[in-house]
Amino acid sequence: MSYPHRHLLGIEPLLPEHITTILDTAEGLREVLDRPIKKVPTLRGRTVVNLFYEASTRTRASFEVAQKVLSADSLTITTATSSVQKGETLLDTARNLEAMNPDMIVIRHGSSGAPHFLARHCRSAIVNAGDGAHEHPTQALLDALTLRQKKGRLEGLEVAIVGDLLHSRVARSNLWLLTKMGARVRLCGPPTLVPPGLDHLAPVTGSIDEAVEGADAIMMLRVQMERMSGGFFPSLREYHRLYGLTVERVKRARKDVVILHPGPMNRGVEIASEVADGPWSVILDQVTNGVAIRMAVLYLLLGGAEAAS
Amino acid sequence: MKPPSSHAAAPPGFVFARELMDAQRLSRTLARMAHEIVEHDPEVGRLVLVGVRTRGVPMARRLARLIGETAGAEPPVGALDITLYRDDLTTVAAQPVIQATHVPCSIDNRRVVLVDDVLFTGRTVRAALDELVDFGRPARIELAVLVDRGHRELPIRADYVGQEVSTSRAQIVQVQLQEDDGRDCVVLLDRERAQPPARAAAPPARTRAKAPRPQAAVKKGRRR
Repeated sequence: MSYPHRHLLGIEPLLPEHITTILDTAEGLREVLDRPIKKVPTLRGRTVVNLFYEASTRTRASFEVAQKVLSADSLTITTATSSVQKGETLLDTARNLEAMNPDMIVIRHGSSGAPHFLARHCRSAIVNAGDGAHEHPTQALLDALTLRQKKGRLEGLEVAIVGDLLHSRVARSNLWLLTKMGARVRLCGPPTLVPPGLDHLAPVTGSIDEAVEGADAIMMLRVQMERMSGGFFPSLREYHRLYGLTVERVKRARKDVVILHPGPMNRGVEIASEVADGPWSVILDQVTNGVAIRMAVLYLLLGGAEAAS
Repeated sequence: MKPPSSHAAAPPGFVFARELMDAQRLSRTLARMAHEIVEHDPEVGRLVLVGVRTRGVPMARRLARLIGETAGAEPPVGALDITLYRDDLTTVAAQPVIQATHVPCSIDNRRVVLVDDVLFTGRTVRAALDELVDFGRPARIELAVLVDRGHRELPIRADYVGQEVSTSRAQIVQVQLQEDDGRDCVVLLDRERAQPPARAAAPPARTRAKAPRPQAAVKKGRRR
């Protein structure tokens, strides 16, 4: 059991056993968060740079908490307060940060492939914390960890992924992960927000009622207003009426259904408040598991001797 | 020398040298250690046993049962995974799997007996002590080991020792316990000597040595 890669750029290139390694490691590390002293010396002397070109609360905070718990030194650079404002290119920023000898760069960027670009040009281990509409691997891993805890397995689960499939990197990473692990995925979204070709990977439907029917888990996606330049749907109210997850719709799923949302939620748009705060919701478990998953990724990429790439 | 059939195969690259304890001797040894722990301080109400993963945990459970039989009250048992406190994480090839640490109660002002199967360099114990004090401030920490094989690299000694064995650094002391391995015994293994290639068509001892037993406890001549 091991994780053979030097970076974590996406779920797509991983084998099921690598995914299991990360999930098992996270399961073992979760306990550290419940200790009286929530700190272990494992990554003492390792430096991590968190480079965030896009807004983030959960992902950034949980990477930072994970780094602190494992005793790595870290610094976070957000574009709003950095020289990116002065027009520095991604490569120049990365090269200058690398000159300070970090062991890892965690990057979130609006362009798909930015982490892969850094991986080609940098010595540090690169972790993708979300790149454009491409992948968000640690989110898919924490979703899988949550599902595995609640359901005891991933194989054979019926999972509905509902919402803005076009802009969602969370949906893409989850689709890869869940199908690799033997779950059955159904996708649902407004026709304007379903990218062409997606139906080759999993069945796509325009009806949320159909998608959630008998599901073990429902993953709701955020309507990504900031990425929508055109009119993808007439109004938020209509979106909620046609694609929002309401209590009535939850009742079409299995009785023990769990509901996930990567956050931040648009209450009353993709998800009704009664559902978000209801007994099916595991949204806050996802956040706790997010710290454990990021600890596992840090440990696996920085813990051992330099892995052969 | 061929191992008795009751033994598991040695890990690849090692061959059976001799048996240090059979099942009977092992259980007598644990009984004696349990007595010594009680004798040292008969007030077992504040006693906690903490086993170091992997073999230290079933060993601690057995000691707790034996202490319960002698002193009337069975002390609580915890489990430490010292991986996150290792001093050689940056040099090991593959990252060890993390198993959860579990400390059953507050250890503040309690007498903690740390339990491990083999005491070798002392680095595992150092890591365990560091981890333990992050859980609280015990009144006292003692150390119980089934086998002390020498070669300490740190100023650490055990308070309760099942058996002292003189070994060479290259050898392995392998403890097998019913709970994890299906049998009770302690064996000493030698590093396999390089032999002529003709050996391919040879002794059954080799096939035994090659059989993978990943779950068997192994204290190699490496730091942990």
